[in-house]
Amino acid sequence: MTCKELLKELTDYLDGTIDDRTRSELEDHLNWCHDCFVICNTTKMTVEIYRDSRLYELPENLRTSLENAILKKCRQKEKQKKQPHRNA
Amino acid sequence: MEAIQSKRGAVADESTLVQAAKSGDLGAFEQLVKLYDRNIFRIAQHITRNREDAEDVVQDAFLKAYENLGQFQGQSKFYTWLVRIAVNEALMKLRRRRPDKIVSLDENIETEEDSMPREVADWSPNPAQLYDQAQLKQILSKVIQGLPPGFRTVFVLRDVEGLSTEETAEALGLSIPAVKSRLLRARLQLRERLNKYFKAREDGDRSK
Repeated sequence: MTCKELLKELTDYLDGTIDDRTRSELEDHLNWCHDCFVICNTTKMTVEIYRDSRLYELPENLRTSLENAILKKCRQKEKQKKQPHRNA
Repeated sequence: MEAIQSKRGAVADESTLVQAAKSGDLGAFEQLVKLYDRNIFRIAQHITRNREDAEDVVQDAFLKAYENLGQFQGQSKFYTWLVRIAVNEALMKLRRRRPDKIVSLDENIETEEDSMPREVADWSPNPAQLYDQAQLKQILSKVIQGLPPGFRTVFVLRDVEGLSTEETAEALGLSIPAVKSRLLRARLQLRERLNKYFKAREDGDRSK
């Protein structure tokens, strides 16, 4: 496996969706190619850092007011549906 | 190297709630809102890069879902259907803010070569601990916002929200190979851009 070929398989490898044979060829490459090992390792870290980052958490007070606003609008929609059209 | 573990946990019985909501049970719909509003907010803010827009997207997406529940056939998960609505709403917001730019998931200016690793530097063993939480969030936010919308949306759905490749493809109306290709390029570009913040320094010093 070449470095370029490894890169193509990197997503499936990191996601654990790679077939056994390709996985073993890829891991064999990682044993001797330091650059690919570093790229593989730091790409994995990138995903894990973002996954665990809690970036853009919805603050609880804002969450409550958004939920209330959504439900209020839903109730209004229901009312509109039930009311007969006055000018019909 | 072990595969990346998804953080997605068990989901309450979504289809039961959807059925109840369809038959007019607003309480059931409220539970669906509570189940997914944080995820929709995160996705919306990642795409729009603006908190007020993200708040609007949350409201508009849930309201649209409520109005169109009757059309939801249940072939996909409710959450995937909801994400699709939210992504479209978020892209519309982005277009309104940037009328001079083409905003589309198909925005694909860069070639494969642009995602090829240029700098190969090993990182500190615990890069996230090099900064305090607020600094780290600032760095991560700045870096991901630099990606084209089509890349950051795929990355957020797959890697942050834990949707499967198939669910991401369905939510974005993309093919599975397109999702995989964008995900790889998004991951590699983020890695490259994070290098300067996380790389290990021989003298143990770091500059910010």
